[in-house]
Formats: sequence, C-alpha cells, structure tokens
Amino acid sequence: MISELEMEKAESELELGLGLSLGGGTAAKIGKPGGGGAWGERGRLLTAKDFPSVGSKRAADSASHAGASPPRSSQVVGWPPIGSHRMNSLAAKSAREEEGEAGKKKVKDDETKDVNKKVQVGFIKVNMDGVAIGRKVDLNAHSSYENLAQTLEDMFFRGNPGTIGLTGQFTKPLRLLDGSSEFVLTYEDKEGDWMLVGDVPWRMFITSVKRLRVMKTSEANGLAARHQESNERQRK
Amino acid sequence: MNYFPDEVIEHVFDFVTSHKDRHSISLVCKSWFKIERYSRQNVFIGNCYAINPERLLRRFPCFKSLTLKGKPHFADFNLVPHGWGGFVQPWIEALARSRVGLEELRLKRMVVTDESLELLSRSFVNFKSLVLVSCEGFSTDGLASIASNCRHLQDLDLQENEIDDHRGQWLSCFPETYTSLVTLNFACLEGETNLVALERLVARSPNLRSLKLNRAVPLDALARLMACAPQIVDLGVGSYEDEQDSESCLKLQAAIRKCTSLRSLSGFLEAAPHCLSAFHPVCHNLTSLNLSYAAEIHGSHLIKLIEHCKKLQRIGDKGLEVVASTCKELQELRVFPTDLQGGGNTAVTEDGLVAISAGCPKLHSILYFCQQMTNAALITVAKNCPNFIRFRLCILEPHKPDHVTSQPLDEGFGAIVQACKNLKRLSVSGLLTDQVFLYIGMYATELEMLSIAFAGDTDKGMLYVLNGCKKMRKLEIRDSPFGDAALLADVNKYETMRSLWMSSCEVTLGGCKRLARKAPWLNVEIINENDNNRMEENGYEGRQKVDKLYLYRTVVGTRVDAPPFVWIL
Repeated sequence: MISELEMEKAESELELGLGLSLGGGTAAKIGKPGGGGAWGERGRLLTAKDFPSVGSKRAADSASHAGASPPRSSQVVGWPPIGSHRMNSLAAKSAREEEGEAGKKKVKDDETKDVNKKVQVGFIKVNMDGVAIGRKVDLNAHSSYENLAQTLEDMFFRGNPGTIGLTGQFTKPLRLLDGSSEFVLTYEDKEGDWMLVGDVPWRMFITSVKRLRVMKTSEANGLAARHQESNERQRK
Repeated sequence: MNYFPDEVIEHVFDFVTSHKDRHSISLVCKSWFKIERYSRQNVFIGNCYAINPERLLRRFPCFKSLTLKGKPHFADFNLVPHGWGGFVQPWIEALARSRVGLEELRLKRMVVTDESLELLSRSFVNFKSLVLVSCEGFSTDGLASIASNCRHLQDLDLQENEIDDHRGQWLSCFPETYTSLVTLNFACLEGETNLVALERLVARSPNLRSLKLNRAVPLDALARLMACAPQIVDLGVGSYEDEQDSESCLKLQAAIRKCTSLRSLSGFLEAAPHCLSAFHPVCHNLTSLNLSYAAEIHGSHLIKLIEHCKKLQRIGDKGLEVVASTCKELQELRVFPTDLQGGGNTAVTEDGLVAISAGCPKLHSILYFCQQMTNAALITVAKNCPNFIRFRLCILEPHKPDHVTSQPLDEGFGAIVQACKNLKRLSVSGLLTDQVFLYIGMYATELEMLSIAFAGDTDKGMLYVLNGCKKMRKLEIRDSPFGDAALLADVNKYETMRSLWMSSCEVTLGGCKRLARKAPWLNVEIINENDNNRMEENGYEGRQKVDKLYLYRTVVGTRVDAPPFVWIL
C-alpha cells in the first residue's frame, strides 16, 4: 500500500492537474524535481478512493512521509472549497485553452507531451442504457481500466438504498471490459467519436475521454471491429 | 391584544414575515400560537431530518411556501458520498396527500427525482415557484413535467444543479397559452437548447424579469431574445462566442440599449469578450455583476466593463483595484480563483482585499480566495470595514502563515471578529493556533456559522468556540486536531445548534458513542464509505478515529433512509 502511494506521488509530480495557482512567482516548470513552491506544482484532486483505508488527514501525513512538504491545497480531498459545479466549469475552460494552445506548443518528448495535454476534468459523466439518471466518476481516482470498471460496476449494479433509478443487484461480476457480458463500456472522445473503452493506453484514455456510456452489447455493433483489433493490443 | 378579534391579530401578523420573528410571536401565549400556526405562509426547514412532513403538516396546515435543506454544506466539496440522503420524495408525497395549497418549493442540496417533479407538477393547482439549488438526481424529463402541468408557474430557477440533460424538448412543453413566466434560469443545463421554443416562450412572457441562459444559447439568439424582452431586470448570458459577424454584435447592442430595467448581469459561460462592450450602455444601472463563471474574460476587458458600472452592489470577479475605485456602492463581493494556467499578472493577494476594504465602505459580505495573507492586511481591513456580516477568507494553501512575518494569522482574524460586531458567518484559513478561537469565542457574539479547516492545536480551540459563541448554529470543521474532550464537554450545546460536522479530526468512535448515549435527541451519524463493516470489528473500536461525523438535533429520531455507509449511533 505504501509503495503504491509513493509511486502515485512520484507520478503526480510530473502531472498537470487542477492547478489553482494564481500566478505570482511560484510557477514551477514541468519536470522540476521535488515540491518547490506549493503553488507551482499542480497536483490533482484526490478522493477517498485513492487512500482506501485512510482519511484525508492521514493522506496528507503519508504524503509528507514520502518526502513532500505539508499538505498542499492541490493534494487534499475537497480543497480548496470551491463547489464542484464551478470547479468543472473552470477545468473545462482550462481544457479548452489547452486544446487551443496544443498547436502552438513545441512537441516535447512523449512523456511531457502527454503531461501537457493532461488537464484533468475531474469528474466526468457516466450514463447507462436504461438508467434515467447518470452519475459522475472521478477518473483521476483510478489507475487502470480494471479499477474504473469495478467502480462503475459498484455504482450501477450494486444498488444501495437511496440511489435512484439504478438497476437491481446482479449476482455475477459484470466484466465490462472483455465483451462477455450484456453491457460494454464506451466513451466519447474529444472529437465526438464513440469508442470502445480499452483500446488505448490508460493515460492516453484519460486525456481524451469526455464522457462514458455503459451500452448494451447488442447496440455496440458498430464498434465491434475496433474491439476485435484491440484484442491484439496490450491494455494497461 | 386580547381585546382584538383573531382576524385583526392575524392581519397584524401578516406584516411579520421573518421566521425568527414568527417563531417569537408563537411563544407569547396559546392564543397567539394558534393564530400564528394557521396563518403561517412560509416555512423554513434548515435540516430536512430535524423534522418530518407529518409533524410539519400538523403544526402548519395552511402554508404556501416550503424551503428545505438537505445535505451538509461540505457536500458541495465532495465530502459527502453519493446516496447519503436528503430525498425530497417523501415530503412531496406527504404534501400531495394533504390539502396544502403549495405554491412555492425551494430546495437546497436535496435529491430530487423526475418522479418527484412529476408528482409535484400534478398535485398543486396553484404552484407558482420552483427554486432548486445544488440539487441532483433528476433530468430534463422532470422539467418537462413542470412545464407541461404547472399552469400558473412563475419561477423556474435552477442554480448549480446536476441535471441529466436528455436533450429533449422540455422548453416546448410550456403550452402556447402559458404566459405567466417571471423567472427562468437554466444556466446549469449542459445540453442543447431548443432556441425556437425558447424565443417563442420569451416572446409570450410579458412578465419575464429574470432570464439566465445556458451555454447553448449563442450571440445572435441572445439578440433576438433581448429584443423580445426589453423589460428584463436580471440577465444571465450563455455562450458569447467571438462572432466574426459584427452585425450580430450591433443587433445585440441595439437590443440591449432598450433594456433600461436591467440591473443584474451574470453568465458569460463561454465568452470571448470582444462584444462585451455591447453591455456598456447599461452598466451604469447595474447593481449586481456576477462573472464568476466567466473564466475567459481577461483583465482589460473586465476593467473596461467595471469602469462603466458605478452603481454596483454585488460583484464576483477579478480586477479588484478597479472595483475598489469605481464601485462605491458595493455590498457583496466574491473573488474566485479563475486562472488555472497561472498567468503571472493575475495573482490575488492581500493587497486586493485591502484595496476593496478601503474603496467600498458599504461592503458587508465577502468571499475571497487568495494565495497569501498578512495579519497587517486583515487588521487594516477590519478597521476599514467594521460592517461585515459574512467574512469568508480562503487562503489556498493549508497552514500558510503570514507571508511577511511567518506568524499565524490569529491576530488578523482576531481583529476582524473584534471589529465586526454583526458578523454572522466566518470562514478561516491559513496557519491558525488555538488563539484565534479564543478571540472568536470572546468577540464573535453574533456568529451563526463557522467553517474551520486545517486550524487549531488542541481541544481548547474548539471549546473556546462552543463556550463562547452563543448564537452558533452551524459549525463545520475539517482536518483539525479536535477530539473527544471538546466534542463531549457540553452536550447540551448541540441542542441550540442546527448541526456539527467534523471530518478528519481526532474524534473517536468511543467518543461518538458516548455522545449519542448522552444526547438521544441528537442524530449522530458516522459516515464511512471505505469499509462498511470495519467500524464494528475488534475491541479497539473505542479508540478508532472517525473519518466523518455529522450530528444534528432532531425531534423525529433516527432517519430511516440512511445508506449502508452511514452509521447512526
């Protein structure tokens, strides 16, 4: 568990996230090691899922354990206290700006190029066929497709009292990713195309996904070809 | 007063509208209690679990307007898991069964379903006003029911809700004969809008005063809408693309010129600001400007806009020095961090706050996000503006000290509470010790709501507040080292408060259990989304720290709709 946290911490030092830096002289350059000014580095909005058995306070402790400075605003759950509606609006604006500037930026090496483009949008919408009301899921709280699929399964198929409009309980696991069940997981990318989830490396996926849809396999015929091709490719 | 017939007393009571005053009247004597009960028009329920619909109806059989609030405030920041509660369905069902002639429903942080909206739309013939703030769980299908069935609807006001947009035709569900619209706010809808239906609706709504559009309404449509509604008072602009078509701009300008009643401007959800100047002719009349979603408007355009706004009373934006020098009437200000890219010249610091306090003597409410602060600045602000009712300061980095002296910000906030004798709401941030809470307990006699994050050293801090702030109603604390000793010191205090939230503090399960035993009239909820059953295992549970505690007074006992991850002690 600790090593996973440390790995994630190392990754987050290179990531662009919801950086609420307000200017001033503390903007860190990408790739700069260590914490630097608290504001230059953009961390990401974590959620309880990042730290399954610790609360946000202890998450901060773990972060300091791994050698970082005391809890930075960008690494703490639900901080700064800006309503999610507004956060998403700001992040979306940021994403639009990134897209606009993508053409102007020099192409750096692959890793940083990915990083440049990865302005996270935080929570994205997930809809499921036959369910009236969608949900939201925080992509950055997940590290892999399996992770994400598990969350979605919990969300839509393990209905707990009080969640509205969800289907009842299923006894067998869903396996959204391998095409063997009644549903498949699809996503809409930045260009507006609908694709099967799992075709591209995870990191690339989360930079290009706009929203998710749990679709009936019978309706996903148009996407089947891609799915078969992707069977050859390695999935992260 | 005993010599007057009831009708006369009732007539006098009609002039008493504030909830607090109505409550006071009802306590005078039995006769007044009874008259007040039957004549109460507006009921406000700050916590939907403090009471239930049946008791509400028993006490107030004739009300017309109901306000309900559900989830705790920190739900806005994703600290309350999905499914926690706050369902409006049982309330609407109960009201529908009764004979209440409901005309207005205002909900905040509640879960609303399409089914609820459908039932609402069919059950109350004179229903006039629906205001939903930060709610979730419904779609545009629910809105379609409201549009179709509420013949006398005047207000449909949707603020920052999570609405599933089914891209349907809800706007065209308003019948052609329907002409009573006064307020329409759908800025939070993310999907496309039927512009034709919208234009026709606006064209046949002569009473329309407030219109707030979403992203999907472009510039040329806006021009046409303004032309149909020159009587508009409050406008939220949707998408304001940088049109190459300057004819659209001119048309808009012409239409805007006719809107002489316009007093409030907001939106600009997707804006390139070159056409902002279309609004300059009406700026001098504006008393409210909310650009908090207008992330694309940069400095110079904003400054030009504000320079025209001499009468501004409410504002949310950047460009603070311009605000300070122009807006002498300013009463409310909100400054959000908008620049995610970290452009160097948009830093928001203590200087902006000091400038505002010096330039705007009528300022009474402020929400201010910034990078850094000093005690000196806060002391100056306190001197300049002793009239604050709401003072919410958020220094973005937790535990950040005075950036000049490296001291905690205790003295600065102390100055604020000492000077601002009418302070009702306070949010503190930055590096703070128990000392600041000593000041708050000592001076903040009118304080009703306090938000604490990453502050304090020991239980003493929380105790100062609980012992000192007699009017405290809502206390919310996160990531601060307060534990069982503070929680349990004065259990009866919680009867005088609406609620207490503590997350990532030092309270233990044992402490919470003791509290629940001592105070059966409290609902003590432990929210633990990670491991539902872990809290019950093993003998060390007494010392196990509670991740999220939410307690509130109630007269109806444990709620029955709690999800598995909420444990009510």
